[in-house]
Amino acid sequence: MTDAIIDIDRVTKRYGSHTVLQDLCFSVRPGEKLALIGPSGSGKTTILRTLMTLETIESGTIRIDGEPLFQMERNGSLVPADEAHLHRMRTRIGMVFQLFNLFPHKCVLDNVTLAPMLTKGVRKADAERRAMELLDLVGLADKAHAMPAQLSGGQKQRVAIARALALQPRIMLFDEVTSALDPELVEEVLNVMRMLGSTTDMTMLLVTHEMSFAHDFADRVLFFDRGRIVEEGPPDVLFTNPTHERTQAFLKKIIAAGQRI
Amino acid sequence: MEWDWEFVREIMPMLLDGLRITLLATLLGSILAAVAGLGFALLRRSKSRPVARITGFVVEFIRGTPLLVQLYFLFYVLPELGLLLSPLTAGVVGLGLHYATYASEVFRAGIDNTPRGQWEAAKACNLTPYQTWRHVILPQAIPPMIPALANYFVAMFKETPLLSAITVIELMSEARGVANSNYRYLEPMTMVGVLFLCISLIAVPALHLLERRFRPTR
Ligand SMILES: Nc1ncnc2c1ncn2[C@@H]1O[C@H](COP(=O)(O)OP(=O)(O)OP(=O)(O)O)[C@@H](O)[C@H]1O
Ligand SMILES: [Mg+2]
Repeated sequence: MTDAIIDIDRVTKRYGSHTVLQDLCFSVRPGEKLALIGPSGSGKTTILRTLMTLETIESGTIRIDGEPLFQMERNGSLVPADEAHLHRMRTRIGMVFQLFNLFPHKCVLDNVTLAPMLTKGVRKADAERRAMELLDLVGLADKAHAMPAQLSGGQKQRVAIARALALQPRIMLFDEVTSALDPELVEEVLNVMRMLGSTTDMTMLLVTHEMSFAHDFADRVLFFDRGRIVEEGPPDVLFTNPTHERTQAFLKKIIAAGQRI
Repeated sequence: MEWDWEFVREIMPMLLDGLRITLLATLLGSILAAVAGLGFALLRRSKSRPVARITGFVVEFIRGTPLLVQLYFLFYVLPELGLLLSPLTAGVVGLGLHYATYASEVFRAGIDNTPRGQWEAAKACNLTPYQTWRHVILPQAIPPMIPALANYFVAMFKETPLLSAITVIELMSEARGVANSNYRYLEPMTMVGVLFLCISLIAVPALHLLERRFRPTR
């Protein structure tokens, strides 16, 4: 697939002798909303972390916009990427973490303006104007001067989303962004995600255990097990009519645990 | 032996001169200890194995040898190798480097205590390593360290009399001077103790203020 924004080709990732991703292949179209589901330990987080260059891979190739992520061209051959290459590649990708990881010593506004000012040289006034727009978008304009410690989990996560958006990435990675939240705070974050999904043409990769949300949100769902894609398809097919028995067993368990799909 | 207030009044100006040098040495030594301590801590985390190893060795070596020996080395041995330091410079370097080794442990612990997620968020925000240290890691790591660092600086303050061994005219050596020339030790030495105590007593509440001021708001 040549028009893919993300192309993952036979990627293998190990921690010591433990293989977490095994010859993984998939690609993502620009603007696609992709949900990654699967049992705990199947490697979903690892994929997102690898795309964000928080992890390295043992073999295979990841291409972003056709450009290798962990390699760069030098004198006609591919060599391991240096920090400058990684830095350039990261401008296209943003990530929102399960535990928010806001900068606790900075107020909400500064959390959002820090990276644009430092990495893109945006002037403070412009960065703040843009940050206020984003905070407004996630419904937190009135919290601009609050410290992260003063916010609820749902509010923190919405700030984290605004912070990632401020860098205007073309690809956004969401790793179980609601699973650390109290149940009553989940919806406010999911609403922001829905709004992003329907109003932007960003490519979004979402790891989630919220099956009904994945169902509504995603264009395509990948089911992972033990570092491989067992089954993939549009949510209507994969959730209602899974062909693989491991997918069936996984979904059965989810339903038994009380979730709607 | 009677306490002689008249004598105290007479020697006070000299003692205060000495105290000024003592405080100056402590201040400069603390600054050096903080900066060099941070440097040691960062070098020990270097990705280059040899750099990290050598720094580790130097730090252990400095910490494992007596300050007095180091002061003698700086002041009496270095000139033979062609590096002549004034007494105060040698004293500040000695105090600073010695306490930098303790400070570096404080920095190291503080840096290690910064959650991994902060490094990852900085990377996801595409900050450079320098920006990550400068804007994310150190501003979080340093405030909680301030009380521990300040304790070392108070300890350093109380070790400044060692500088009299390398001819720095600080409080202790002023006091010894006036005592020797007047054959009276009671007042000079008592006053040295009192002055040290006064400064320490001022320092403790000041440290508490610092501690409160810099307490992290998570
Ligand atoms: N830093 C690490 N060192 C060693 N093993 C790791 C490390 N991080 C992850 N793993 C292992 O890699 C495997 C995949 O982990 P990953 O976090 O990608 O799973 P996941 O699909 O996100 O699971 P979950 O749904 O529980 O979040 C797991 O077996 C995990 O124990
Ligand atoms: Mg995970």
